[in-house]
Amino acid sequence: MLELKNISYVVDDNGTQKVILDDVSFVAQDNELVVITGQNGSGKSTLAKIVMGIIKPTSGKVIYNGKDITNYSIDKRAKLGIAYAFQSPVIFKGITVKKMLEIASGGKLNINDACTALSQVGLCARDYIDRELNSKLSGGELKRIELAMIVARNAKLNICDEPEAGIDLWSFDALVNLFKARKSSYVIISHQSKIIEIADKMVLLKAGKLEKVGTKEEVMPLIAEEKCARLKV
Amino acid sequence: MDNNSKFLLEQVASLHDIPKAGVFNIRENGKLLARNIDSEVIINSKEDKDGIDIIVKKGTKNKSVHIPVIVSMGGIEDLVYNDFYIEDDCDILIVAGCGIHNASDKNSSHNGIHSFHIGKNSKVKYVEKHFAFGNGKASKILNPTTKIVIGENSTFEMETLQLGGVTYSNRKTDAKLKKDAKLLIRENILTEETQVAKTLFKVELAGENSRVEVVSRAVAKDSSMQDFVSKVIGKAKSFGHVECDGILSGNAVISSTPQIYAKNPDAMLVHEAAIGKISLEQQNKLMTLGLTKEQAEDIIIKGFLG
Repeated sequence: MLELKNISYVVDDNGTQKVILDDVSFVAQDNELVVITGQNGSGKSTLAKIVMGIIKPTSGKVIYNGKDITNYSIDKRAKLGIAYAFQSPVIFKGITVKKMLEIASGGKLNINDACTALSQVGLCARDYIDRELNSKLSGGELKRIELAMIVARNAKLNICDEPEAGIDLWSFDALVNLFKARKSSYVIISHQSKIIEIADKMVLLKAGKLEKVGTKEEVMPLIAEEKCARLKV
Repeated sequence: MDNNSKFLLEQVASLHDIPKAGVFNIRENGKLLARNIDSEVIINSKEDKDGIDIIVKKGTKNKSVHIPVIVSMGGIEDLVYNDFYIEDDCDILIVAGCGIHNASDKNSSHNGIHSFHIGKNSKVKYVEKHFAFGNGKASKILNPTTKIVIGENSTFEMETLQLGGVTYSNRKTDAKLKKDAKLLIRENILTEETQVAKTLFKVELAGENSRVEVVSRAVAKDSSMQDFVSKVIGKAKSFGHVECDGILSGNAVISSTPQIYAKNPDAMLVHEAAIGKISLEQQNKLMTLGLTKEQAEDIIIKGFLG
C-alpha cells in the first residue's frame, strides 16, 4: 500500500516561493488502479516523481507498506518493488533494448521474457530487441519500450506518467488490457477516458492542491464542471 | 612470451597465444616474433626500414589477418611502417593494435605508420585496439597514423579503440576516397588521470558519390584531456557525416573542432558534436530499474563506448 501524507513541494522562482504541490494526501491500496488527473501544471508529474524519489518533497511523507521511504534513494525504492515509466522516455546511445529489459528484470531475463514484454506493448520483438535505445526510434516506439520495461520489472507498484502519449490507437487497446490484467498496483497520470474507465480511484489535482479523491463517478462531474468554467471564460 | 605479453596480445588482438594457423605477424619490442602467410595473403619485411608489406591478392574473401604489436618493457621507442596492398574484389578483416606494458621509469612508445592502398570493389574491416598498463612512472605513448586510399566502389570500415592506460596518444587518419567509395570510422577513447588523447581525421571525398561517416565517442575522466579535430573536404557530389559525442567527469576537458569544406555544390557535409557530463535523466532512469548511481554510471559509459 502506498500512502502520501501531506505532501508539499515549494521551489524558489527568482526569489519568490512558488508552490507546486500543497498538502496532498491519498492512498493507493494493493492491486488498485489509481488515476491522477488535472490540468497542465497542476503538479501531477511532480507528485509521481516524489513517489519514485526523483524529487524530494519540501514536507510530508511517502509511506510504502507501512515504511517511511521519504528519504530513500531512487534505487532503494526500486528494490522495494516500485517501478516508474517516464513521461518522456530517456534515450541511451549504445545500449540495446534487450540490455535495458534485462536490467529492468533484475538481470534474469531470457529472450522469451524480453519478447513477451515487447509484444504486450504491441511491438514485434524481433524488430526491436537488438536496436539501440536511441533517437532513431520514434516517440511512440520509445514510449512503448518504456512500458515494456514496466512489464519486465514485474513490480508491486507501478507509476506511469501519461503512458498513452504517442501511442497509436491499436496499441492503446493493448495498453488498456495490460492495465486491466494487472496483478499489482498502478498509479497512472492520465487524461484518457479509456484509462479513467478502468480506474478504481481517481485523484484530481488543481493548481497543486488536492481537489478530490474518489471514484470516477464522484470525480468526473468535477472535471466536466471545470471544463465548462474554462469554456465560459 | 611471458604472461604480460600474452595478456597484451589478448587485449589488442583477442589472441591467447601465438596462433597455430591463419595469417599473422606479431611484433614484440621492435622485433618480429612470429609470422605466418598463405597463398592469398603475403607478408614481407621491408628492406629499407622497419615494417612490413602486406599484399592481399585479388579476389581474397572471408579472411582475417592479425598484425599486433607488443611492447612489454620500458625504454622502447618503436617506429614501424606497414603498407597494405588490398587488390580488387577482396573481403578481409585486419586486426592491428598495440599493447604496452611498462613498469619501469623509462618511457615506452610505439609509432605505427599504416598505409592502405585499396583496389576496386573491395571490402576491408580494420580493427585497431590500443591498450597499456604497468605501474611505472614512465609514459606509455602510442601514435598511430593511418593513411588510406580507397578505390572505386570499395568500403573501408575502421574501428579504433583506446580503452585506458595510454599516457599520450596522437592519432592521425588521412583518407582519400574515389568514386562510389565508402569510409566508416568508429572511434572510442577512454582517458583517465592526466592522460592526453589527440585525434585528427582528414578525409577527402574526391570521387563522385563517395561517402564518409565518422562516429567518435569520448569519455574523459579525472584530469585527462581529449582533442578531436575532423576535416572533411567534399570535392565531388558526396556525403560526409561526423558525429562526436563526449562524456566528461572530474576536471577533464574535451574539445571538438569541425572543419568541413564543401568544394562542390553537391557535397553534403554535416558535423555534430555534443559534450557534457553523464545525463542526470539517464542516471535516474537506470536507478528506477534498481541500479545504484555508480552502477548506472558504469552501464552508461560502457554502453556509450560500445
